[in-house]
Amino acid sequence: MAEQRRIKVKVNGLEYERAVEPRRHLADFLREDLELLGTHIGCEHGICGSCTVLLNGEPIRSCLVFAIQAHGAEIMTVEGLSKDGKLNPIQEAFQEHHGLQCGFCTPGMLMVAYYFLNENPNPTVEEVRQVMSGVLCRCTGYKQVIDSVMAAAAKLKKSREEGAGT
Amino acid sequence: MKPGTFEYFDPRTVQEAIELLERYGDEAKILAGGQSLIPMMNFRVARPKVLIDINQIKELVYIREEEGELAIGSLTRQRTVEVSPLVQERCPVLAEAISYIGHLPIRFRGTIGGSLVHADPSAEIPITICGLDGKMKVTGPSGERVLRADEFFLTYLTSSLELSEVLVELRVPTLPSNTGWSFVEFSRRYGDFGIVAVACLLFMGDKGRCRKASIALGGVAPTPIRAAEAEKLFAGQVITESLIDEAGIKAAQAADPESDYHASAEYRKDMAKVFTRRGLREAWNKVKEGK
Repeated sequence: MAEQRRIKVKVNGLEYERAVEPRRHLADFLREDLELLGTHIGCEHGICGSCTVLLNGEPIRSCLVFAIQAHGAEIMTVEGLSKDGKLNPIQEAFQEHHGLQCGFCTPGMLMVAYYFLNENPNPTVEEVRQVMSGVLCRCTGYKQVIDSVMAAAAKLKKSREEGAGT
Repeated sequence: MKPGTFEYFDPRTVQEAIELLERYGDEAKILAGGQSLIPMMNFRVARPKVLIDINQIKELVYIREEEGELAIGSLTRQRTVEVSPLVQERCPVLAEAISYIGHLPIRFRGTIGGSLVHADPSAEIPITICGLDGKMKVTGPSGERVLRADEFFLTYLTSSLELSEVLVELRVPTLPSNTGWSFVEFSRRYGDFGIVAVACLLFMGDKGRCRKASIALGGVAPTPIRAAEAEKLFAGQVITESLIDEAGIKAAQAADPESDYHASAEYRKDMAKVFTRRGLREAWNKVKEGK
C-alpha cells in the first residue's frame, strides 16, 4: 500500500481528520471513509455527475478529485441540504414534482440545483435545462427535473420575500 | 475501476515541479485540473508512477492585461477565465469558447494550461488559441521559451513540451473593439465533445472592409488548423454572403479529418464547411451590430 497522508476536511459543517492513500478519490473518501453514502458513483470518469458535491462552494465531480487534494477544504454533500430532518425547499420541490424515480442521479441533481439557484435565482427554463444536463438521468426524461428546479426557484423566491417582509 | 498506486508530490513552486520532473522523467505526470487525467487514471489507461500535483502553485493563477495582450497563468481555472470581465471585454472569443467545455463542474476544476498541454485537436481552448495566434510560455531546466500555437501543438494529444518542462503562461492578443468574432461548435448534445468547432475573427479596416480574417478549425486534423486559403478571401474585401459561402468551401478543403466512432471523415469535412459559414456569419453580425 502506498504511503498514506493525513488530511483534514470540513464536511457539512463538521471537521474530519483521516489518513488516506493518495489514490483515494473524494467520492470514495466521502462514502467509505466518512460513511456519507449520499454521494453516488455512477461512472467514475466524470460523465454522469451523480457524484457532484460542493468544494469550497463550487460544484465539482468528486470522482475526479483525489481526497488529499481536498485537504483543508469545505465540502457540502447532499446530506448537508436538509436541516434537523427538515427538507430543503429544493428537495421538497423534487418530491412534489417527481424529480426523481430511482434516485441514483438525485444527489448530483440536488447539488447542482442548489449551487445554480443560489447564483441564478430567476432562471429561464433554457438555463435550467442547460445546467441540469450535466447530470445524467435515465429515469425521468428530464421534464420532471426541470419542473422541480423551476418550482424550487419559486419556493426559494417566496421564502426570501417572506423573510424580507418580517 | 480505481487508480493504481502512485507516489504523490505537491510542490509549491514551479522550480520544485521542474526538479521533480527532472528526477522522475517519464514516470511522472503533472496533475492540474485532473478532468482529463483522472478519468484516464480511474480506467488505468494512464498509470503514472509519480503524480506531481501543481494545484498549490499559486503563482500560476492570474489574468492580467499587459501591453495589448492578456497574460493568463496556466493554472487559472477555465471557469475563472470564462466569467472574467477582463477576458469578456478584451478577448471575448476565449470566454465564449470556454463556455462550450463540458459542463460547469468540469470548468470549475479544469485549467487553461491543462487543456493546452492535453492538446486534443477537438478542444475549445487549443482551437481558439490557434485562431488568436496565442503564445505559450514554457519553463524548464534550460530556461524559458515561448511557443506559437503551430509550434506548440504537434499531433493528437501531443504538445511540444519537453519531459521536464511546465507550461506557465498563455498570452493572447486583446481584440480591437470593432472585431467580429465567434466560436461555434457542433456536438450531438450540449456538453459533448465537439465533432467540429470553428473560431472566427474578422479584423476590420477602413471603409467597412475586412482587413484580415482568422478561421481556426478543430476536429478535422491532428491539431487545430487555420484555414489559410479561406482567410485570404477576406483580405481587403467587403464581407458578403457569397464570400462567406466560398470561405466555407475552402475551409472544408483544408480539413483532413479521420473517421471515428463519432463521425465519418466525409461528414466532418462537410460540417467544417457548414460551421465555418455559421461562424463567419455570426462574426459578421457582430461587426454589423457594432459589438
